[in-house]
Amino acid sequence: MNIAVCVKEVPSAASHRRLDPATGRLDRSGDSEPNPFDVHALEEAIRIREGGADVAEIVAVCMGPESAGRILTKALALGADRAVLVTDPALAGSDIAGTAYVLAAVLGKQDADLVVLGQQAADGDCYVMAAAVADHMRRPLVTQVAELKVEGQKLKAKRQAEHGYDLIEAPLPAVISVSDAINTPRLPSIKAIMGAKKKPLETLSAADLELDLARVGGDGARSVVRSVSPPPAKAGGVHIEDAGGDSAEKVVAILSEKGLI
Amino acid sequence: MAVLVHVHHDDGEFSANSLGVLAKAASLGGDVTAFVAGSDIDAAWAAALGGHGATRVLVADDPALSGGLSQPIVDAIEPHAREADAILFGAGVVSADVAAGLAARLGAGIACETTEFSSGDDGIVAIRPALGDTVMVESGFAAAPGVVLARANAFAPREEPSGSAPVERVEVSVSDWARSAVLSGREAAETGGVDITEADILVTVGRGLGGPENVHLVEALAKALGGEVAATRAVVDAGWVPYSMQVGQTGKTVSPKLYIACGVSGAIQHKVGMANAGTIIAINKDQNAPIFEFADVGVVGDALAILPKLTELVAARRG
Repeated sequence: MNIAVCVKEVPSAASHRRLDPATGRLDRSGDSEPNPFDVHALEEAIRIREGGADVAEIVAVCMGPESAGRILTKALALGADRAVLVTDPALAGSDIAGTAYVLAAVLGKQDADLVVLGQQAADGDCYVMAAAVADHMRRPLVTQVAELKVEGQKLKAKRQAEHGYDLIEAPLPAVISVSDAINTPRLPSIKAIMGAKKKPLETLSAADLELDLARVGGDGARSVVRSVSPPPAKAGGVHIEDAGGDSAEKVVAILSEKGLI
Repeated sequence: MAVLVHVHHDDGEFSANSLGVLAKAASLGGDVTAFVAGSDIDAAWAAALGGHGATRVLVADDPALSGGLSQPIVDAIEPHAREADAILFGAGVVSADVAAGLAARLGAGIACETTEFSSGDDGIVAIRPALGDTVMVESGFAAAPGVVLARANAFAPREEPSGSAPVERVEVSVSDWARSAVLSGREAAETGGVDITEADILVTVGRGLGGPENVHLVEALAKALGGEVAATRAVVDAGWVPYSMQVGQTGKTVSPKLYIACGVSGAIQHKVGMANAGTIIAINKDQNAPIFEFADVGVVGDALAILPKLTELVAARRG
């Protein structure tokens, strides 16, 4: 079987993230990294192979600016066999609907039995891409997977839900998103980092995928940012020093005053 | 404006997040249609959504909708969504999957993590906090319908619902691929089914508590207050407590009336997870801990020394 893993380029956790006030889009000029949830997705693909399943190929797929090629090189170092970058100025500013359309188009060409995404993007804090991609591809979906088993042409997943866990079975081909509880990603070895540069990294344009340009990019976005503003200010809090060891009494007095105990 | 509100339910209970969105939608006026999908749905039960703000209720009742999975619901709601100006969803795993699948199906825009919405001249407008809640982003839709997915606990249901709305059963057609995933069972969370997102009082363990041997101090205070124990990601990663207790993981945005953070520094993910809390009390030795910037009461001191005393005083007062 073949596994495709979607990897998004996000601003690194240490960088200062900001929205461009003119466009409402994320400023992507600073340091970037693979979306941490997607690293769990890639790790899971590698573990399926290491677990004895007959995995012919793991392909990492990314839609993003040209700079996102760096992210795919990291995915190759982590264990993907090849990578595909969809990049085109016409795609800049795509919204969730547009991005799902593009990802489904490129994934549809990868002959993947299993598509794996991280359950959310660290920059947008949205957790909807897997379900949107699955609908485009007309494939069964399991999101927020915390445990996964692939048995022949079927997957068994334990999915995090409000009440605990759902146990879900689905035939392949399927689309899943994984939680960060599913595994602990490995660090790539120096040898793997060196070897990554020799693995194939293909670049595709909107034309290569025969995309309908009315559905992508800033002009095709159905969701439109109207304004970006600072959050409402929070009133200053009460400050207590525990110097005299009487802070517990002070806290209880406040709780009592607020009717919380 | 005509809006369609998907109302999720589990084990015979409507989701509070869905009811909250329904109440908010009703407060804007106009036609508010509630959509309920399932099997063997009782008409009177569905009609009660009128008390929560629906002007009518569409019921999709089919065995294919019994499994509680999202994809059959997308098939069922799609024809009705096409007639709406906006389709609204409360937070939740299944609701989010339906919202996303539906947006893809319709080629519609989707607004996630919505904490406020209104109806403007050119359709629905949604506001969400973004980038670790450091900015508020207001979005509209270039074309109707728009799909709006709320943040957990962003909207409260009506406190005293009364009345009912007319119920209409709709035809359901679920494609084979959409019903190919099946729910084969359920498991309780490691904490014995305690849902920290529903708790009124949370006492949270942070790394500053030193080690798993001190978690019992937090448990004792939570017990004295009648609350639950939660934890930061660092503490969960270190294995002190199970993952289900983590504040800030997907869907685990908490909104207790009282939140007491013990030895929590206030990393950005944690801040996002607890942003909806009522009163936030932080106890931390480090006076520069970021959590003091958004706590209502900041106590600079050693949680290990303060907790037992606080527990004793609370227990005495609550009898």
